[in-house]
Amino acid sequence: MQTTSDEVLIARIAGGDRLAMQVLFARHHVRVYRFVLRLVRNEATAEDLISEVFLDVWRQAGKFEGRSSVSTWMLGIARFKALSALRRKPEEELDDETAGAIEDQSDDPETALAKKDKGALLREALSALTPEHREIIDLVYYHEKSVEEVAGIVGIPEATVKTRMFYARKKLSELLKERGIDRGWP
Amino acid sequence: MNTNNQEAPLQGDIEELLPWHAAGTLNRRDAQRVEDALQRDPELARRYALVREELSETIHLNETLGAPSARAMEKLFVKIDAEPQRRQASSLNLGTRISEFFGSLSPRTLAWSASAAALAILLQAGFLANIAIKQHTGGGFETASVGGSITSKEVGSYVLLRFNPQASAVDINQFLERNKLKIADGPAPGDLYRVRVGATALPQDELTRTVKQLQQDKTVAFIAVTE
Repeated sequence: MQTTSDEVLIARIAGGDRLAMQVLFARHHVRVYRFVLRLVRNEATAEDLISEVFLDVWRQAGKFEGRSSVSTWMLGIARFKALSALRRKPEEELDDETAGAIEDQSDDPETALAKKDKGALLREALSALTPEHREIIDLVYYHEKSVEEVAGIVGIPEATVKTRMFYARKKLSELLKERGIDRGWP
Repeated sequence: MNTNNQEAPLQGDIEELLPWHAAGTLNRRDAQRVEDALQRDPELARRYALVREELSETIHLNETLGAPSARAMEKLFVKIDAEPQRRQASSLNLGTRISEFFGSLSPRTLAWSASAAALAILLQAGFLANIAIKQHTGGGFETASVGGSITSKEVGSYVLLRFNPQASAVDINQFLERNKLKIADGPAPGDLYRVRVGATALPQDELTRTVKQLQQDKTVAFIAVTE
């Protein structure tokens, strides 16, 4: 079965086609939501923000030049919206679920290790990264963005993308070590 | 410039590419470089296993984040309805309409259409050539200007060709060398190249056979005879 490309949908949206907007929303809203949620750490805020992101897509579809993929363009808009929201609320909001998944400092590393498997500890460490490191890890691993695309979304040079990813992974190893797992790297 | 660069340990650039290699987002050249390095270096391969763990758990973590409620879409369309009315989709530009049309065809239909189009162009070229020959031989005289324009034409047989967008520069070079082809001109709009398939004017049936043969190559997206 053939699906209409994102670029064609954007052209239709630029012409005022609501159905094309529904298709684009259905195709991308979950990933955009998760990207935003990992940055703002609040489900209600993330949900509000995605309707703002897609409203911007509706308004600016006519200006889309196709220099990047549509998903990369939307993640760039989403990032801008999320950072603006965080600036409005300097204290990062944590909902119960997200906060619960982040850290449990009450256990020493041995106890923590005994309680959880390695995968769970790795996910815990991923959640404990700074927003800057979380963002790059998610863009590369979950959103499957190339070095060039990450550079476009985050607004940094490609060399910095690689360096930032390296340091995010290094920090991840340190956080795992604190939780009793020594990966032997870096 | 990022100050972190100054602190970076002496890591090969290959190691920095491992996350993108695991995610499958490297270009073919870099992916090959990483693959070669992984074959040679067991320590790098061990670190690559760590990267793959991170990739897997990052996906797991994101997938457990859930999805927004249906209210998000409702809210969006309430806002869209409040926006000023816009001109309708009939204003799609020609390029979009063409790409939409080709996008709507299945690969099999597209392949058949391309073959049919190539054949139609060949027949048309043959028909026009016939007329030209008849006119040329039938007339009792020839003006100086007409004669001049004929002799100024490049000798040889040519096709119009568009390469497959997935084909690398190496693929294209090998394809040209393998088939002893030479790019004479291009790219023209539509990424079309004028390619010489023979140093002399080939007979029509031979040219048709050559075009059909080249069409089978995965490097070729479109091919048709040209003057």
